[in-house]
Amino acid sequence: MPLLSRTAAASLIFLMAISPLQAESLGVRIGYLQWVPDQGPVLSNVIPEPEDAGLRGAELAINDNNTTGRFLDQTYSMQREVADSPDAALAAFDAMRQSGIELFVVNAPAQTLRTIAGAAGENTLIFNAGARDNALRTGQCHVNLLHTLPSHAMLTDALGQWLNQRRWNEVFLITGPTEADRGWADAFRRSAKRFGLKIVEDKPWTFDADLRRTAARELPLFTQARDYDAVVVADVRGDFGEYVPFNTWLPRPVVGTQGMTPVTWHWVVESWGAAQLQNRFRELADRHMNSEDYAAWAAVRSIGTAVTALGTDDPEEIRSFLFSDSFQLAGFKGRKLTFRDWNGQLRQPIPLVHPRGIVARAPFEGFLHPNTDLDTLGFDRPESECRING
Amino acid sequence: MKSLLKQISLAAMVGLSTPALASLAYVSNEKDDTLSVIDMETLEVVETIDVGQRPRGILLSKDYTRLYICASDDDTVQVLDLATRKIVDTLPSGEDPEQFALHPNNRHLYIANEDDAIVTVVDVNTKDVLAQIDVGIEPEGMAVSPDGKWAVNTSETTSMLHWINTETFEIEKNIVVGQRPRHVEFSRDSKIAWASAEIGGTVHVIDVDSLEEIRKLEFRVKGVNQDRVQPVGIELTSDGRYAFVALGPSNHVAVVDAKTYEVLDYLLVGSRVWQLDLSQDESLLLTTNGVSGDVSVIDVADLKVTKSIKVGRYPWGVVIAP
Repeated sequence: MPLLSRTAAASLIFLMAISPLQAESLGVRIGYLQWVPDQGPVLSNVIPEPEDAGLRGAELAINDNNTTGRFLDQTYSMQREVADSPDAALAAFDAMRQSGIELFVVNAPAQTLRTIAGAAGENTLIFNAGARDNALRTGQCHVNLLHTLPSHAMLTDALGQWLNQRRWNEVFLITGPTEADRGWADAFRRSAKRFGLKIVEDKPWTFDADLRRTAARELPLFTQARDYDAVVVADVRGDFGEYVPFNTWLPRPVVGTQGMTPVTWHWVVESWGAAQLQNRFRELADRHMNSEDYAAWAAVRSIGTAVTALGTDDPEEIRSFLFSDSFQLAGFKGRKLTFRDWNGQLRQPIPLVHPRGIVARAPFEGFLHPNTDLDTLGFDRPESECRING
Repeated sequence: MKSLLKQISLAAMVGLSTPALASLAYVSNEKDDTLSVIDMETLEVVETIDVGQRPRGILLSKDYTRLYICASDDDTVQVLDLATRKIVDTLPSGEDPEQFALHPNNRHLYIANEDDAIVTVVDVNTKDVLAQIDVGIEPEGMAVSPDGKWAVNTSETTSMLHWINTETFEIEKNIVVGQRPRHVEFSRDSKIAWASAEIGGTVHVIDVDSLEEIRKLEFRVKGVNQDRVQPVGIELTSDGRYAFVALGPSNHVAVVDAKTYEVLDYLLVGSRVWQLDLSQDESLLLTTNGVSGDVSVIDVADLKVTKSIKVGRYPWGVVIAP
């Protein structure tokens, strides 16, 4: 950015601070990129993930921002690209940047996200609303990449804390065959170590039979062990995991990616005003709000919160505001949400839900942290090599 | 003098027609679809009244004959006749009414429609909708200044106070405050407005003449994570001495010196303290505690919590009738 315009932006902020309601009109443009690969066929007839997961959350936040912007003479618009390949996503990213957009929400796998972040300019600001990979938070960080979606580790730490506080310390782990399954299971193994859980059996799922007919026969045998307090399933796409509950050798609860699940967001979350967010979303999208929707919503609302306070859409100004003490996102999770300054991860409570109700919400009382108990979930500063703010 | 006589004779008539003379408190139970009625002498629940779905904001008519109830999930405002304790009427409210405020003229009811980003103004006598005013997202708190000049609405997600001129029904000023503003309370002389910001953790004191913020209050409760200190309801004593601020899931009520804005004390009450109201003589303060499902009684002279009264599930609002 040339020095002159940066000075101009700074003086605009100065003006805003004096009289935020008499500013000139401001149009904020945000790009939304989505590339979600096909998950492949699954054995169980699970309810498919909506194809516009993420997109509708971003749209809702644009509406929310505009309602606020109306009183400040600020308007928000979104360019969207639901790509059918990583290359198409990257091409759309370049095209949007050519048109002057520097604020992005990306819902794509880690590899695509890394490529996009690598192609970004110095002042581009990207929000990850699609990749849960731990590596993006531990080593492969990018200065202008923030994450509103929790990592696998944040989710499994929430589960680990819950198992610990229930004193259900011995678990039977079943891991599916996909890369995502292994990523989730690795995160859980780390959580088990952190929260003093013992994995008494650690078995990969290798069956390829259609469990709709044979679950009752296969699973009791598969889950035979001397004893355990719970079965933990790592089956991200819902291939076999839906058949584990009630079919275990011992009468034990099933948790993990099925049964009771740690999630970013779920339609059963209703406290702290969440009911209103859920209603607004249902009215817009005609379906329930899910985790990807929430992450995209939180990203666009973070931008909106910053623009409301700053009166500018300069990505650099927004970035430093998001990492300052003045930023707090009202995210309907009962706490103010802030970004970790070492790796750009949005701190947030994690609901633990079953398909029709909420069980608990992590972090739990008693898991202490010198700064904020929200940092007991996921990678704390010493556990991450990232220092994106120096 | 004439009006005083009229009041006395009216009181005498009311006395003849109703058996109970004690002051009563009404508590809306959000997840029970009921109101709990508390006798202020015995501090016990004397009746539970079935009302519409998800009752939240409640308020009394200026003559204390009727209670208005926001039945949020029924998209209506219900009118309870206090003499018979029966729902006698409903008002058009717009969708999902949450909080409301009655103009001193006893006719204009300002209703925050949480799902629609609108404030609806209804004439309670004619049931006419006088205006619908576009405000920010999730309008929540509503207050009308005692002098009747201003109606103020807080919008939670937009984080603003919208100042509505009650003559023109138009917004004259928007003030950005902390995240998730919940409630506004005016001083008796209409000169000062207090607004709570739940996620911001702050209370903003606004000078009404200049419409500028003159003070921002912050709260620290010993042994409670700062994130859980979430100001919601505010109640002011009429002598201008105290402001009481309900601090949500920190389970404390802050006692603030309303002149110096200094926090004097934090009183431990039930879980997730939400709204509060003073008794007519201002000797007692009742708080609704959503998660513990009870009402705490605070002795204002001693600044001590003296009792808790079990009510329905998720008590939300409380008002005390003389």
